[in-house]
Amino acid sequence: MTGAPAHASYKSDDLAAEDIDAYLIRHQHKSLLRFITCGSVDDGKSTLIGRLLYDSKMIFDDQLAALAADSKRIGTQGQNIDFALLVDGLAAEREQGITIDVAYRFFATDKRKFIVADTPGHEQYTRNMVTGASTADLAIILIDARKGVLTQTRRHSYLAHLLGIKSLVLAVNKMDLVDYAQSRFDAIVAEYRVFADSIGIRDFLAMPISSLAGDNITSASGNTRWYLGPSLMTHLESVEIDRAGSQSRPFRMPVQWVNRPNLDFRGFAGLISEGLIRPGDAVRVLPSGRTSKVSRIVTMGADLQAAVAGQSVTITLADGGLKGRRIGLQPRRCARRD
Amino acid sequence: MNKRATPGSVTLTHLQRLESESIHIMREVISESEKPVMLYSVGKDSAVMLHLARKAFFPGTPPFPLLHVDTTWKFRAMYAMRDEMVKSSGMQLIVHQNPDAVARGINPFDHGSLHTDLWKTEGLKQALTQFGFDAAFGGARRDEEKSRAKERIFSFRSASHRWDPKNQRPELWNIYNARKVKGESIRVFPLSNWTELDIWQYIHLESIPIVPLYFAAPRPTVERDGLLLMVDDDRFRLRAGGSGEIPAQRSIRFRTLGCYPLTGALESSATTVPKIIQEMLLTTTSERQGRAIDHDQGASMEQKKQAGYF
Repeated sequence: MTGAPAHASYKSDDLAAEDIDAYLIRHQHKSLLRFITCGSVDDGKSTLIGRLLYDSKMIFDDQLAALAADSKRIGTQGQNIDFALLVDGLAAEREQGITIDVAYRFFATDKRKFIVADTPGHEQYTRNMVTGASTADLAIILIDARKGVLTQTRRHSYLAHLLGIKSLVLAVNKMDLVDYAQSRFDAIVAEYRVFADSIGIRDFLAMPISSLAGDNITSASGNTRWYLGPSLMTHLESVEIDRAGSQSRPFRMPVQWVNRPNLDFRGFAGLISEGLIRPGDAVRVLPSGRTSKVSRIVTMGADLQAAVAGQSVTITLADGGLKGRRIGLQPRRCARRD
Repeated sequence: MNKRATPGSVTLTHLQRLESESIHIMREVISESEKPVMLYSVGKDSAVMLHLARKAFFPGTPPFPLLHVDTTWKFRAMYAMRDEMVKSSGMQLIVHQNPDAVARGINPFDHGSLHTDLWKTEGLKQALTQFGFDAAFGGARRDEEKSRAKERIFSFRSASHRWDPKNQRPELWNIYNARKVKGESIRVFPLSNWTELDIWQYIHLESIPIVPLYFAAPRPTVERDGLLLMVDDDRFRLRAGGSGEIPAQRSIRFRTLGCYPLTGALESSATTVPKIIQEMLLTTTSERQGRAIDHDQGASMEQKKQAGYF
């Protein structure tokens, strides 16, 4: 394994060095993409994440030194760095050379922040893959170019789709081991497309890669000139994340907890799951069905003039009657805007 | 139909999303557990966690006490900050010192890893058992260490406080399952998805008070075993003899804070949060490198966690 290519510098070292305030402002406004890598055992999920972390310079010198030592001792890449050891964090995983549970890793580029969940490929740990998939915006389905579409590829694709992941990338990995043959890539994509159609996956982006050799990870590879699509990183940085959609739907907020610090305050605390709310909006409280008006949206800094899906807030209602009477409003019930 | 219902959509920043997630987690614990507690270690992550708790339950006071599992070997500035934060938050503070460690005079100079085992791991288990806490918030983050990267947000412990990494529950979307078998307890990590950079940026944006040791200042130090240690009080045993240690003033700061004889400092001139962030972005070593505890062997944190360490 050679070191990271010189162009693979996503971390904006220069700006951080020159103008930290400008860097912070830019960083503060980056969007966040959560994704998973999934697929069958040994299709290279952990290696891909190790590669992304390494190329985005998210691995520190002391970690790299430990990695180099571990690679020689228990790695599966001979004298080379075994990137999978970066994510396989449990002793049992490192000893057995498999991924048992999902690991979350973090990295950032100039454009985005990423949380990636590396999920286990073994059938008996599929439940752990589901945990990782549930919070992902995008799934990278890895396929070993030599083996093609396997049962576990189908199983993971189905689960990713079932959990509502809208963006799928079919990454045909280990292209270096099939001489970067377009025919092999096309055959796998065609086979996958038939399967995807059959379970209702409308769209996916297929790309030929090699995690180990670095092809099409951060930039277009000279080994696959027949592939005209984006590199994996370019795609991850630019794929659209649909979160605004949930704001345009009607307001819904499950009440987690009723905040009653004293007799004069009764706030309904929760995370807004859909929609937008402003003081004065009418809401219906479930399950009683009573309606009331939002009086204040309380936060520690100052009251908000509006709050949207994804925000944790405390809402007070204008209806004085709600305050004095027991209305049977319990945590976990819904406040809904009419 | 509400006329105001269709403004341009609002995009939350990643810090707003992280904040909302942490607050949601804390409220979930409060409504699902009988006797929660917040582990408070006085470090920067604890500072952020405490700040988030105050936001989550505002205008009320967070409905749980703070627990400081004390080793008696923290920096003096940490004890001062702890007492200050307790005062300003209006929360109850429980300080637990393992009586066995007190009796045996366990210290980081003579007892090696026994120091961490007895004061922190055993001390924590004693306190949780003694007070009957069934849920404990901790400020650990997944980006800190590779076994932490594997841990659920709601992480279950057996009656003997053991973590079984091979048998973690499913945890789907933002729906947390807080049901326990009798005797089990939960460690909850509301900062799981925060990175070190997120923590610093949030401290900066929210002006959260932190221990002054995070900022560079001239302090008395010695170099020992590859670490730059601060001589915080007269219990620090200076090595005598030919290569005797004489404390020297250096401009240092700390990236993490723990027991002062075990916590390595950085030479630095960063006196503001943006300058700290700048140094962090340009550094080539990880945050935990300054902690003697993690370097024993590859899986050392996992072993400590299995034994009950946070």
